[in-house]
Amino acid sequence: MAAVFFYLFATIMIASACVVIFARNPVHSVLFLILAFCNGAGLFLLAGAEFLAMLLIVVYVGAVAVLFLFVVMMLDVDFAELKQGFAKYVPVGAAVGVVVLAELAMVTVGWQPSEASKSLLETPIAANVSNTAALGQVLYTKYVIFFQTSALVLLTAMIGAIVLTLHHKPNVKRQNIEEQNARNAKNVVELKKVPFRTGV
Amino acid sequence: MPFLAELGQHFLPEVILAIGVLVLILIGAFRGERGFSLVDEMAVGILGLAIVAILLSSKQVDVAVFDGAFIDDAFSRFVKVLALVGAMVSILMSVDWLQRNGLEKFEFPVLVILSTLGMMLLISADNLIALYLGLELMSLALYVMAAFARDDGRSSEAGLKYFVLGALSSGMMLYGSSLLYGFSGTVSFDGIAQAVTEHPPLGVIFGLVFVLAGLAFKMSAAPFHMWTPDVYEGAPTPVTAFFASAAKMAAVAITARIVITAFPAITTQWRQIIVFLAIASTLLGSFAAIGQTNIKRLMAYSSIGHMGFALIGLAAGTEAGVKGVAVYLAIYLVMTLGSFAAILAMRVDGRNVENISDLSGLSRTNGLMAFFLAMLMFSLAGIPPLAGFFAKYYVLLAAVDAGLYPLAVVGVLASAVAAFYYLRVVKVMYFDEPAPDFDRSPLAIRAVLAASTVALLGFWLYPAPIMDAAGAAAKSLF
Repeated sequence: MAAVFFYLFATIMIASACVVIFARNPVHSVLFLILAFCNGAGLFLLAGAEFLAMLLIVVYVGAVAVLFLFVVMMLDVDFAELKQGFAKYVPVGAAVGVVVLAELAMVTVGWQPSEASKSLLETPIAANVSNTAALGQVLYTKYVIFFQTSALVLLTAMIGAIVLTLHHKPNVKRQNIEEQNARNAKNVVELKKVPFRTGV
Repeated sequence: MPFLAELGQHFLPEVILAIGVLVLILIGAFRGERGFSLVDEMAVGILGLAIVAILLSSKQVDVAVFDGAFIDDAFSRFVKVLALVGAMVSILMSVDWLQRNGLEKFEFPVLVILSTLGMMLLISADNLIALYLGLELMSLALYVMAAFARDDGRSSEAGLKYFVLGALSSGMMLYGSSLLYGFSGTVSFDGIAQAVTEHPPLGVIFGLVFVLAGLAFKMSAAPFHMWTPDVYEGAPTPVTAFFASAAKMAAVAITARIVITAFPAITTQWRQIIVFLAIASTLLGSFAAIGQTNIKRLMAYSSIGHMGFALIGLAAGTEAGVKGVAVYLAIYLVMTLGSFAAILAMRVDGRNVENISDLSGLSRTNGLMAFFLAMLMFSLAGIPPLAGFFAKYYVLLAAVDAGLYPLAVVGVLASAVAAFYYLRVVKVMYFDEPAPDFDRSPLAIRAVLAASTVALLGFWLYPAPIMDAAGAAAKSLF
């Protein structure tokens, strides 16, 4: 049964990955990318890595792909122009691709875990613990220093985004909520008797 | 050891930087643009405090902390002091430049400290996760700083180029790390050293190559140097000074640590890679710089060449070699900071100028600065008795002792070629017709220029402090 689902997920994933590259409309590309991510999550589930599966859906489908979608729809990217030099670079690109593929094949064929790796495992997972629970057990205890460091990395990213994009323009009218709340009808609304046919 | 005790005893400099930077952000957020000079001064103070904390703990024994995530040893303390000095001097030199160019934002010192914190984590990283987190913390802040002058097209271009290529190199490094982890079942360097035996499968070699490629990118060793000239030229000059000084310390240090502590069994394999990087970098650094007219680009190629020399020492793979690398880093730091002080002093009528021809006849318009810069150039070229000569001497000696004669010969030849463009700067300053005089530069920049020259001249009279510290540092890696 698992084999059936494996081939189902794998086929759809590879097919949609191809569509991502070949689709003419970039919005379709992004939508097929989401489909590929969902099937990837299915493959992770089959492999018993349910945490990675959830992460893939939440982070990649939920955030990254939607961000791509916004970028594609909001920025006016001329894809025809981008593809102009395509034919010129195909031979070089294909050559590099073939070399990398051959190398990866060599690595995959000639690769096996070392004998010592079983005894070196830092946090072996007991058979009856799901890997989400196992991660939870070490993330805030053994690896708390990494957790804090990641927080600093995110802080840096936030400061960077603000530094590079926030413009303080001098002549912009800003909302002053305090002032708005303090307004009442007595102070700001003025009733006037307007004489007929003369105006204010 | 309890968590807080480890933080206090072996992680104090990092804790000082982390808490200090949060305080600075709050001050900056509440005081806005007016807070720039206060934040700037406090940033220098925080970095100084971290240096004091390291120097006070310099007699401690080497110990791994946080379950082997980081290591507090003599090597990490030595390079951390170098990185902190680089960061501190970069901030000191930047104040005036940023104010003149309308960039006096409090985020600048904040980013410098965050990046320095990343470097310190990177320098003392003892497993692959710590390595990656330190590297990203350092690089993310550097990408933003490269684009700090966001209204300047060249600066934005520099930031974007650095970011795209940096992300690519991080990806390669992560792929290599995953291969290593998959093979050995552990991310700790000691564990990898136990798992990797004399004849490892191809996958391990691939992992090693990918990891070293990622690190070579960060230290801009050829053939992973393509970004360097453009980024160095485009980024604001104080940022370039920071890139060329502190960032290199961390990248070279972690490269030395990972090959020596995690791969002692396959020295012959990683030596091939390091030797190739060293030869390519020294040759490229000396030949490509000949045609440059912009002094920042010249310094970019010069730094590529110098990284090649540092790698010559590492290629030896011996204690003497690592000692040579440590000495090289210290002297390179002084030379780079001094040269960038001179570049920051190049202002004519309130405009920054960066062409070598702008230095023409400097000996007649500003004799003292010409003398300082000439000494720096002689030292960069490696002419005795200046410190630059001893830096090259120790790495080449280590390479010869390890039997790497061809590498040492290439190093000497490249050094001879590189001397041409350093000496050309001296020739332009002393024998060409004077160009317009430079504006009077601020005290901090003149002080850095003078101090670095004195340090380079004084090294051969009293080298003991640096040599002893470097010797202890090298010893702790083996």
